Formats: sequence, structure tokens, C-alpha cells
Amino acid sequence: MWSYILRRLFFGIPTLLGVTIIVFTLLYLAPGDPISAMVPSDAPLEVVQMIRQQMGLDKPLPVQYWRWLTRVAHGDLGNSLATRRPVLNEIRAALGNTFLLAVSAAFIGFTMGVVLGTTAAFFQGRWVDKVASAVAITGVSLPHYWVGIMLIIVFSVTLNWLPAMGMQETSGGSSLWTLLRHMLLPSIALALIPMGVITRMVRASVLEILQQDFVLTLRAKGLWSRTVTRHVMKNAAPPVLTLMGLQFGYLLGGSVLVETVFSWPGSGFLLNLAIFQRDIPMLQGVILVLATFFVILNLMVDILHSLIDPRIRRT
Amino acid sequence: MLQRLRPDRRHIMKILGGVVAGLMTLAIAWAPVLAQGKGGTLRIGMTAADIAYTAGIPDQGFEGYRFVGYQLYDALVRWDLSQGERLPDIAPALAESWELDKNDVHRWVFKLRRGVKFHDGSDFNADAVIWNWDKIRNKEAPQYDTKQAGEVAPRLTTIKSYKKIDDYAVEFTTTQPSSFVLFQLIYVLYSSPAQWDKVGKDWRAFAANPSGTGPFKMTRFVPRERAEYEPNKEYWDKIRVPKVDKVVLLPMPEPTTRLAALRTGQVDWIEVPPPDAIPLLKQSGFQIALRSYPHVWPHSLNLKQAPWDNKLVRQAANYAIDREGICKSLLNDTCIPATGVVYPGHPWFGKPAFTYTYDVKKAKELMKQAGFEGKRVKTSFLISTSGSGQMLPLPMNEFVQENLREIGIDVELLPIEWNTLTSWVRKGFAEEHEKTGAMNVSFNFLEPFSAFVRFFHSASVPPKSLNIMYYINPEADKLIEAAQAAFDPKERDALLGKLHAMVVEDAPWLFVVHDLNPRALSPKVKGFVQPQSWFVDLTLPWMEP
Repeated sequence: MWSYILRRLFFGIPTLLGVTIIVFTLLYLAPGDPISAMVPSDAPLEVVQMIRQQMGLDKPLPVQYWRWLTRVAHGDLGNSLATRRPVLNEIRAALGNTFLLAVSAAFIGFTMGVVLGTTAAFFQGRWVDKVASAVAITGVSLPHYWVGIMLIIVFSVTLNWLPAMGMQETSGGSSLWTLLRHMLLPSIALALIPMGVITRMVRASVLEILQQDFVLTLRAKGLWSRTVTRHVMKNAAPPVLTLMGLQFGYLLGGSVLVETVFSWPGSGFLLNLAIFQRDIPMLQGVILVLATFFVILNLMVDILHSLIDPRIRRT
Repeated sequence: MLQRLRPDRRHIMKILGGVVAGLMTLAIAWAPVLAQGKGGTLRIGMTAADIAYTAGIPDQGFEGYRFVGYQLYDALVRWDLSQGERLPDIAPALAESWELDKNDVHRWVFKLRRGVKFHDGSDFNADAVIWNWDKIRNKEAPQYDTKQAGEVAPRLTTIKSYKKIDDYAVEFTTTQPSSFVLFQLIYVLYSSPAQWDKVGKDWRAFAANPSGTGPFKMTRFVPRERAEYEPNKEYWDKIRVPKVDKVVLLPMPEPTTRLAALRTGQVDWIEVPPPDAIPLLKQSGFQIALRSYPHVWPHSLNLKQAPWDNKLVRQAANYAIDREGICKSLLNDTCIPATGVVYPGHPWFGKPAFTYTYDVKKAKELMKQAGFEGKRVKTSFLISTSGSGQMLPLPMNEFVQENLREIGIDVELLPIEWNTLTSWVRKGFAEEHEKTGAMNVSFNFLEPFSAFVRFFHSASVPPKSLNIMYYINPEADKLIEAAQAAFDPKERDALLGKLHAMVVEDAPWLFVVHDLNPRALSPKVKGFVQPQSWFVDLTLPWMEP
């Protein structure tokens, strides 16, 4: 097992390198200039040139990439072009905030998805199935930034139950209760897509298992429906787990739109800002870290597969 | 027999005089205490997505100066933002007085204010001034900061040298006689050399623990989330000791989020509420502050290409725009029509021979004179999808497009992202945009350099500055140079008025609207003054309990 994990991690390196090369190239192909975000448009040419030199932006693209990669190999993601703060510190703070949202959105989305999907499959064709499927399709179809704005209008502006933005009291106070209150609305907005996707996957997966012979055998033997359900769920789990891993990865990437709507200072908010400022080290850093998360999450899902389904052997 | 005491009038006057003098002394002594008595926490939702650079001269343009630069730091002179009825005057700040050398009009001497301390307790003096100028001018100095230098350099074009005279006097020389010196020095903010040493001679560390001489001290800083200030109780200007107990700045780039935060009471003040929400906010008792300020939303025309190389077409296009319609139907009266670079009533407006009202008949007549009767002309405008000061660029440009179609000008709109547009503005009409007809970028006209020199002097063509139109008019150059050399403000304003009238007639821009700087405040915010400026005085407001 350990050699499998190490091998998978090793094969993750070319994936990460590929991602960084694509991002680096795309950023340079995109119109715009990081200097434009840093100084007024009528800044003297010599100052612009000096900043360009100081930031190493005057060097050819491969040289810039190589310099960046060498630094990364030493554990240094560089400094933000826009704020000059170390990229690593910025990412750490932002990812921590996004992680909170991702975990709570995953909890809401995955729980709802599994419950709705299983119920729909067991009651296939009946009104419960139709309602669950409608909820799932609505979750996937609604733009989550729109849902975010609607939640703010209803629960913050009209009912005044929950705060509309931020992650702590605007006057400065913070506590666990305050954090939970601030997290609820963005978590619900973020949970809708995973809930919809997982409901549909669980429903399809459970239906497929329900039609298999062993289920008929279990039922014929007169086993309790709870026991049958357990066997069905265990067999339906692998594809759902893969999907959950990917969905959690997306959630960790943060939602640019939801975090912007709720002014939540997470990785999506950071990415959005970095794109507008053409902050190359920041973008590269965030994407590298997120890609690493994806590689690790995929690996974890694979390991979980083998634990759930002994037929899959990882050697 | 008891004699009735009847004090004479002189005696009464003496007593009254004593009482008045005593009360005045008490009032002066207690002014800072009284000023601080109002208190409260003022929470501001900004349009920026991050807190501006806090080490001295800020980034993020004038929003950076508004909420960070002018609150934590001072310049030698300052804008007096205590009233909104007229344009703000320039007042003494870290310099108590200044003088132009009568024998050498290139030399200015500034007497510094004594007893001013930075937030870290170190003294402000001539050495600190020179150290700060080295920070932005002397590339060999250890404290040279390219970020601050890059931000302020375009505003200091005529300052040639700086020198200490004694501990409380410095001199500046200019490349040419320039009456614009005060307007330039107002952007140079002074950071504490002692604090820079203390934090390890590092601007990044300084930005996390800034020290200026301004009315506020920064107490907390969380990137992209908040900055918190407390009043500088030892501020040198006792009248401007802040009245609030605390200010919290919150970056909120999304307008609907700012609006919701204000309506739910999470913030007390938001910048630029969405125009369509203003009636509702008014109904709900929120204060809406609107006032003219030096902002203009124009299209800089490409005078090297047809049809904009023809003055009559430019004038016709200016007559074809329904500015009132834009302000009423799209922006809910949060703007006023622009018939020039500056607005009517501004000291530099002058007496233009042309007043660009919405007059389609006249516009068509001018098109006819230009030789375009019955013909359709094609052009393109490079516009942004959003951006600082850009208002609502897409619907506003569609409105202008429709207006111009009426007089035979077919405009293709080329929307691009804001950062890309600003990088094109630096290059001007070149490369793939050589034949583009106009670029739509809003500008400030805070001082004569920003209003005229950078746009309409022949020496300001790209890549030097923003005369992207290639407006070359020797008469305009002469007027600019004469205004710069006029040290009597009235004479200077008269010359700028003449220049403005000339620019309006030549129409190198499509003058569209002036923004009214909308902001919405909770009814609990008291004492706020909306000045005719990009900046605000945060020492004035306080919060009602």
C-alpha cells in the first residue's frame, strides 16, 4: 500500500508541473499587464521599466518560469506583485477561511445528496422520487451567486436573522457563534451544486445495485430491509466517493462568485483579485496549492475505495 | 446709611472681558476633549477588494488616498475638506508656511511645523522630509520604494530637487516656474524613518505596522478583510482630532453586498450604492450624499483617424449626446451632464463658445458642414466592462452608441476588461488599436496638471502621458505654460478658463457626464461633510448611540 501511495504522489508531480506551465502561459497570452494594476496609467516610463526589472517581468517567459520553479522547489512561492506580501502567508490565510466554508458546505451538500438520492432510488417512480429529483435538478441549475443574493435578501435584509457578509462582526468582535452565523448562508449557497450532483449520482448508483441479483437473493432470504439497504449502500459507494472527492476539491478551490457576493476572504476571493491585478505569483501559488489538493484528494478517494471494496487491491 | 453699590460701566466691561477671555481659554484647552466626546465605531464598506498599501503613499488611486493615505499620514499641505459648498482650499499641514523665492521663481522654501510627532513618538523634521523624498526619488537610498515612487511619480513632474535648509525648513526647486507646486506636494505623504528602522528596514513590515503623523493610527490589519483605526489623540491639529472612537474599513467590491451590509446594519457607510437602490434607501431613512467633484466620464477620441480628425464631426457628436437622459434614465440622478472637462461653476470652466446641449438638429447640420450629409460613418470605441470610476460603462456606452447612430455615426463597442483597457491607455492608439476611434476611461481633474497638462499639452503624447488623442494645439500649449507660470491664483484660473474654452471648442473628447460621488450613510452617522472632492475628512463624523 505504501509503495502505491508513494508512486501515486510521484506521478502527481508531472500533473502539477503541467498545470503550472498551462497557467503561466495562459497568463502571458491574456491581454493586460501586471504593471497597469500597480501604477497609475501616466506613471513615467523609467519607473515602469524599473518595476518591470525589479519584478523580473522583463525576462523571457521560460526564464521567468524557471526562476519561479526554482524558488518553489525551495518552498518559496514568492511575493504578491500587488501587495508584496508573501504568497504563502496569503494562501494559508485564505485557504483556512475557504476550508471552513468547504467543510460546512460539503457536510450540508453530501448529507442532503445521499439522503435524497437514496430515498429517490428506493421509491423510484413515486412522488418522493419526483420531488427529490426536482430538488437535485434545481440545485444544479440555479447559479449559486444568484442563490447567494436571494439568501441575503430573505434572511439578512428582510428577516434580519443572519449577517449578509464577512466572517466576523464588522465592529471587530469574533466568537465561534459569530463565525457559525456568518458561515451559514454562504455554506448553503455553495452546497447546492454538490447536493444536486450527488443526489443524481447516488440515485443512479443505488438503482443499478438494486437491480442486481444479490439484492433479490437478500430480499428472498427475508433479510430486514435495513440490512439490505446497508449492503446496497456499500456497493453503491465507490463512484459516489470519487464524486465527493472531486466536489470537495472544487469547494476547496472556493467559489469566486459566492465568496465575492458574501465578501468571504477565502481562496476564491483571492483568485478573483489576483486575476484582475494580473498578480502572477499569487495566481500561480493558489493554483499550484489547489492542484496539489486535487492530487491528494484523488489519492485519498482511491485508498478509501480499496478499504470499502476489498475486490480492489492497490499494490 | 448704606450706600448702594453701583459699579461703573468700565468695571462691568472689565469683568465681562475677563469672563469671555476665560471661557475662550477654556474652550481652546478643552477643544480636543470636546471633539473626542462624540465617539462610536464607524464601519465603512469600500468598493476596493483589498485595503490599499499602508506604508505611506497608497496604491488603488484616490480611494487609497481617501481611506488610507490621508487618514494615517499627512503631506506638507492638505485639502481643507470641512465644507462642501465650494471646492476645497489648500491649507497648511506639516508645513506651517511657504514662500516662493522672489529672486529665483524656481525655488520654494517651506517652514515645517514644530512639535509634530509620528505615531511611534519620533519627531517630524527636515531630516524626515528629505528621508521621505529619498524614498521616492533616490534610487541609491536604502529606503527607496519602487511602489511608492511609481504611485506618486506622475504627479511630481516639475519638482527638480529637494534640500534641507535647517531642522525646520526645506527647499524645493522646479524644472520651470510652476504655480502647481502645492498641488504636487499634496500627494507626498511622510512615513516615519524611526519606525522603518525599528521594523527591520523593510517596507512590507512597515506596511503591517505603519507610522505616520496623520489623525488616525492603524490598530489592526487583515488583508482583504479589514483595517481598523483609532484616533491619534496627540494629533498636532487639535481641531482635527477624530470624533469617532474607531474606524473599520471593509473591502466590499460587490455593490449588492455593500447594499445588503448597509441595510442589515453591518456597516454604517457605503461607497457607490447601486443607482437603482437609491430611492429605496432614501425611503428607509438612509442619508444619500451627492455632490459634484472633479470627475469626468469622457471618450478620448483618436484625432489621427477619420472621422474624428474632423473638428466639425467631433462637435456634432458632442451635440448628439443626451446627457440628461443618461443621468435620469440610467443613473437615477447620480450624475450631471458634462459639457467640458470641468463642470459649470468650476473656476476653470471659463466661457466656452460652445455649450453642448442635446441638439440633434444642430448635430446633423454640423455633420452636413463636415461633408457627411446622407452618409454613414463607422468607428469603434474601446470600453471597459467595469472599473474604478467607470460608473455603468456598458449601458452608458450603449446609450451613447444609440445617440450617435441618429446622426449617422455607427459605433462598434469593443468591451474589454478594466486592467486591459488601462494598459491600452498607456500605449494610446497603437498596434491593433491604431484605427480604434476612442477609448472610454474616466478621469479626475483635481488640480491643473491632472485636468489639462497630462491631456492637452503636445508634450504629453504617449508614452509620456495621456494625450492619447494627439491633440496638438500650440495655443493650448502656450496657455498651459502661462498658467503654470502664473503665481496669482486669479490670473492662473483665468488662463485655465481660456484654455478650457478652447478645449471645449476643439472637442478632442466626447464630454459625457460628471459623477456625483454617491455614498449612502446610516442615519446614525452625524457630522459628515460631503466635500467637492475625491477625499473625505474622517475626523468630522461621529456615531449617534
